[in-house]
This record gives sequence, structure tokens and C-alpha cells, in this order.
Amino acid sequence: MADSIKDYDTQWKPWEVFVQTKTGLPHEHAGNVHAVDAEMALQNARDLFSRRGKVVSLWVVPTEYIVATTQQDNSPFFDPADDKPYRHPLFYKVPKGVNLDID
Amino acid sequence: MTSTNNDALNPAIFEFVTRLGDDRLILGHKLSEWCGHAPILEEDLALSNIALDLIGQASSFLKYAGEIEGLGRSEDDLAYKRIENEFRNSLLSEQPNGDFAVSIAKQFFFDTFAYYLFSELINSTEEKLAALAAKSLKEITYHLRHSSQWVIRLGDGTDESHQRMQTAINDLWMFTGDLFAQSDYDNILIENKIIPQIKTIKEKWDMHISTTLSQATLVLPPTDAYMQTGSRNGIHTEYLGYILADMQYLPSKYPDAKW
Repeated sequence: MADSIKDYDTQWKPWEVFVQTKTGLPHEHAGNVHAVDAEMALQNARDLFSRRGKVVSLWVVPTEYIVATTQQDNSPFFDPADDKPYRHPLFYKVPKGVNLDID
Repeated sequence: MTSTNNDALNPAIFEFVTRLGDDRLILGHKLSEWCGHAPILEEDLALSNIALDLIGQASSFLKYAGEIEGLGRSEDDLAYKRIENEFRNSLLSEQPNGDFAVSIAKQFFFDTFAYYLFSELINSTEEKLAALAAKSLKEITYHLRHSSQWVIRLGDGTDESHQRMQTAINDLWMFTGDLFAQSDYDNILIENKIIPQIKTIKEKWDMHISTTLSQATLVLPPTDAYMQTGSRNGIHTEYLGYILADMQYLPSKYPDAKW
């Protein structure tokens, strides 16, 4: 499939961009950029995703290295968890004084 | 603070700070012409972003120049109401954009100069100049990274990109000497430790240019090549007049326009 896309896609290689807004927080997916190499991907990500708002770290990953589930995977992968509420931490009381606000 | 009194220093500071402002105004104006024309959307944003940084810096330096001058001229007065021979921007900054490689070469030569100059200006005995330099240096550090990477990428790229990058370097080379021209005003400022020794900036500039070009598999033009100069005295190449005609059109036609 990748080859057939390459045939008509005249854009440069896509990279996925992950942004961290505070040390300790996870890097979150922000979007993607086109670039021919890693340095260009970082610079383009910087211009697109860090101009507004605070960013402390950026990750860029070539999109082709992201391995994703397909639509067909959905029922075997995710549905079995639906009827197992005991797997969720729903039955604990959060003690007073615990700060849930990560900021 | 210094050995020379303000009456002697202020015209020199005004001259130097105006030069910093004019370089950024003209280069930023030329770079902004890429908006909507860059080879790829992301680069379009990068170039526009850098152009905006330069215009922002121009605004700060020209405002400061107006304060030093003390005649009540604002940054807009200085940008829009001076004529060609009153501009002190370098010959390099006013050169045509050419192809993408030419624009990158222009930025690369200028960014390298700005980076080493500002790395020293942050220690200026003139506090306001040191503060403005420190604020701009972060942007300049990024600009230099951006343009240096492009020189390497194009130089060490395809046959065509290599050849275009080499042509751009060769064609703009004769305008690089003008960046380092030293006037009597500069000598006063150097004596008073307001600006660094120009020759040390030149040595660092030479080093970065030659290292980057060699990484890019490009040939460094001869260091003893003929250099155009003149910007220190307001003598410009034919291009500045056209830039000003364009840039100053609105304020000269509608002097009191507000927007």
C-alpha cells in the first residue's frame, strides 16, 4: 500500500509530532508535518506547534514507523474489555487531600 | 561609565543601532516576499516566521535609534520617511531573492554575522543595547540553525540543488565584505566597549562559513576576492530604491493613514 501512495504523493515524507507542555507530562500527539530529514521535521514542528503556547519538548517520528490497529482489529482488541468493569479502578475512594490536578 | 561623553557617543550609537534596524527591516521585507511562494507549506511558515522576527527586531532597534537621536522620530518615521542614502542596511540585505538557494545563502551569510555580533553585543557597556541584543539572540540562534541546515541539505543534496547552492554562494560572496566595513563611528564604539572588535566577529564568521560549506560539499570562494562596500556611507546597490518605493508607498501617499 505504501508504494501506491508514494506513486502519486509529491509531498515530502510525513512525520508525526508529539508535544510536551510541561516536564513530567506525557508527550501528546499534536499533528504532523512534511520533511525530508529529522532536523527539518523538528524545525517544521517547532514552527507549526510551538509558536503559540508553552512547549518544553518536541518529538518527531516518521509516520511510517507508527504501527496502528485497523478497523478489523477493533472487536477482538477492544470489545472484550467492555463487560469487565472490575478491571477499572472505579471502586476506590480517592482520599481527601489528593491533588488530581496535574498542574 | 565611559571615557567619551554622550555628545560624541550618541551619534555613533545612533548610526550603529540604525544599521542594526535597517538590516533587519530590509532583509525581513525581502524575506516576507516568500510568503505564499515557498517550495512547501511548512517552509512557507518557517520563512514568514523568520521574516516576522526580523521585522520585530527592526522595530525595536529603530525605536531605540529614535530615542538616542532625541529628535522625536519614531520607528515608523525612520522606516518610512527616510530616503535611500539615509539607509544603513548592508548591501547583502537588499539583494534580490533569486531562487530559493539565493535567499538561503543571503540568510546564511547574514545569520552567521548576526549570531557572532549579538553574542558579543550582550556584553555591551550600553545597557539598552545589551538588553535588546540578548532578546534577539535567541531568535538569531534559531535563524542560523535554519539557514545553515538548508545550506548543508541543498549543497549535499542532488546535482541541481548543489549547483544552485554553489552559484548562490559565489554570486553573493562579494557583498559579504560590506558586513564588516568599519567606520570612524565604529572605532569610537569599540574604544568604549559598546561594540566588539569587528575583526574577531569576522574570524568567527569565516570559521562557521567554511565549516558549513565543507559539510555541504561546497567550495569556499576566495577570501581575497573583490568586495563591494558602501552601505556605511549610504551608498547602495540599485535594488534598495525599488524596495523603498514598494515599502514606503502607502505612508508617502497617505502620510496620516491609520490601520
